[in-house]
Amino acid sequence: MMNGKHLKLSAFRRISIGISFFTLLFSSGLYAQDWVRTGTNLGVQRIRLAAANFKAGSSDPQSASLKTVFDTTLYNDLKNAGVFDMVSKSMAPPQTPGGPQEINLSAWAAAPSSAEMVAFGSLSVGDGRVTVLGFLFDTKNTQTPQILGKQYADVASEENARRIAHHFADEIILRLGGGLNGICETRIYFVSNRTGNKEIWAMDYDGAGQHPVTHLGSISLSPRVSPDNSRVAFSSLGKDGWSIRMYSLELGRLVNFTSPGGTTLSPAWSSDGGKVAFSSSQTGDNEIYTTDASGGGLHRVTAFRGPDVSPVWNPKSNAQIAWVSGRSGLPQIYVMDSDGANVQRMTDGGYATSPSWSPNGQFLAFAWDRKYGPGAPGGQDIYIMDIASKRWIQLTHEAGANDFPSWSPDGRHIVFQRAQDGRTEIWSMLADGTEQQQLTHEGWNAMPNWSWK
Amino acid sequence: MTPKEETVQIDFRGFLHRRSLTLAVGIAALFVVAGCSKKAAPPPPPPPITSNAPAPTATITATPSVINAGGSVILSWRTTDASDVSIDGIGAVPSAGTRTVQPTESTNYHLVAKGSGGSTDATARVTVNAPPTAPVSNLTETDVTDSMFHQNVKDVFFDYDSYDIRSDAQSTISSDANFLNQHPTLKVVIGGYCDERGSTEYNLALGENRANAAKQGLVTAGVSPDRLRTVSYGKEKQFCTEHDENCWQLNRRAQFSIDK
Repeated sequence: MMNGKHLKLSAFRRISIGISFFTLLFSSGLYAQDWVRTGTNLGVQRIRLAAANFKAGSSDPQSASLKTVFDTTLYNDLKNAGVFDMVSKSMAPPQTPGGPQEINLSAWAAAPSSAEMVAFGSLSVGDGRVTVLGFLFDTKNTQTPQILGKQYADVASEENARRIAHHFADEIILRLGGGLNGICETRIYFVSNRTGNKEIWAMDYDGAGQHPVTHLGSISLSPRVSPDNSRVAFSSLGKDGWSIRMYSLELGRLVNFTSPGGTTLSPAWSSDGGKVAFSSSQTGDNEIYTTDASGGGLHRVTAFRGPDVSPVWNPKSNAQIAWVSGRSGLPQIYVMDSDGANVQRMTDGGYATSPSWSPNGQFLAFAWDRKYGPGAPGGQDIYIMDIASKRWIQLTHEAGANDFPSWSPDGRHIVFQRAQDGRTEIWSMLADGTEQQQLTHEGWNAMPNWSWK
Repeated sequence: MTPKEETVQIDFRGFLHRRSLTLAVGIAALFVVAGCSKKAAPPPPPPPITSNAPAPTATITATPSVINAGGSVILSWRTTDASDVSIDGIGAVPSAGTRTVQPTESTNYHLVAKGSGGSTDATARVTVNAPPTAPVSNLTETDVTDSMFHQNVKDVFFDYDSYDIRSDAQSTISSDANFLNQHPTLKVVIGGYCDERGSTEYNLALGENRANAAKQGLVTAGVSPDRLRTVSYGKEKQFCTEHDENCWQLNRRAQFSIDK
């Protein structure tokens, strides 16, 4: 049944890709959304999913608060996933099912909830431990409705209740979302000045658990977490200028990275974790270089007058690098082979910066002010471009200056910074520009980088 | 002859006796003479051919003996038994005296003293260090204060999204270089700045280009690149925080500071 559903969706997607690319020849706007939604795995049709409030399985005083955290987190995770049409909690049938024997599937399938799928279960607290039983049922399959049945137990805490909800949500997303891993347990690294200095910070994908990673007391920028989540590369201002520094998340301290002299900026990991690309001004002019993961084997990739900065690898092949170059005037997005050959300009004007390569290799997300110039009121917005066709779509509209987009590992989400009304905060959205939500609310927060897993 | 021979024999004994006495006295006298010989006056020099007057003596000194170009030296000299004293390049001088001289190159001051007893000479050498090719200021690095530095070394401003040195900035760089060339011990850090618009990473690269353009301008004007260091601040350290072109222009600059 699950496979059938999956196949049906895939077939539908394939057809819709054909249709949308055909129609794009003649139109844009609404149709343009389709190639984005298919290319970003968001799908054109969403599954109608209900997340029931879980039933309290014990009378422990802690269970109510943990259940609230769990229910809220699970619902938001599934809503954030971008592949579900969520049933509003107010439309749920009055009875709260705690297990397979208690659920009335026809009630969930009927209007107004009209759910195709229901996630439900129980949460109990006892002896300082929280136990969650979670189920996912298909309302159309009355014979064998169960798709998922999971039990989780951990020390009773809000943090663990949240973690269990993330875990269960990711299981549901994996089953119903085309076989892609969910992102509920991923993290976002960013820069914040909340301690008085610009330091590297980290938070959960939904903005929970924000905390500083570095305490260098200088200016640290451009965090990039390694694909295995073991290290964060970033650039930092020291006595002799900017250099790439490497923080070990496992050791909780800086580890060695040989940064070349000159202004050295904007590191980027290859998806195999073996290489780092960055911009360095050894020659007096910032150029793109690559090294191994500890800074050895320095190799220069670009050689052209003008700033070259913000490289990012094609994560699908690691054989291409996109970056920003001012070689023709205002900064534009370029793509080249990782040895410097086959340079190709992607943007046709304006002020384009901060490329991020989608996990499937198909798209670039970047910041673009298409009417940039002295006196121009231009807005800086997030765009994504299909690399093969150079077709692009604008994701943010008339809402401050937006910059530094970074793809989530499922390719369905983009996190970015938005400066608006004198504040700079971190926002996330679906990769089609919808469901924008603010993740930070305190201090200056910028340059987000989504972890690889 | 025989009796004479006997007499001789007797005499010989007496002679022997006398001779041995004389010998002993002579040896003793010899010792006495030898013991006194050190205290005895030296044998008189051979008499001069022309007269019996003593020969002249002469000394000359130069203080100091090493000077920089433009500096002064005091020559002082003394002679005895000389009636005619002269120094090469100066001419006749009194038999003793001092004189201040300002040699422009290293010089041997050669004094000749002549008297009725003959002539002698003496020499004092003065070494003159060559002047530097450029005038040297009395200022040292510690004498240059930050405010004095900034009065003389002006910032260079740039056009929007540009790191080309404008014509008005070219004259600024020339006068900046002039001051730096007069203060060759100063080391300088050049900060590259951008206005608040645009993207953080790109602005850091652009700021580096601005700092480097200013550096190259100074190098072209004769400032050693070893004295110059660049740091980009991009838009991280805004000098002016209003959101208008006046302020943006103030921020788009290369700023020079003493590299301490």
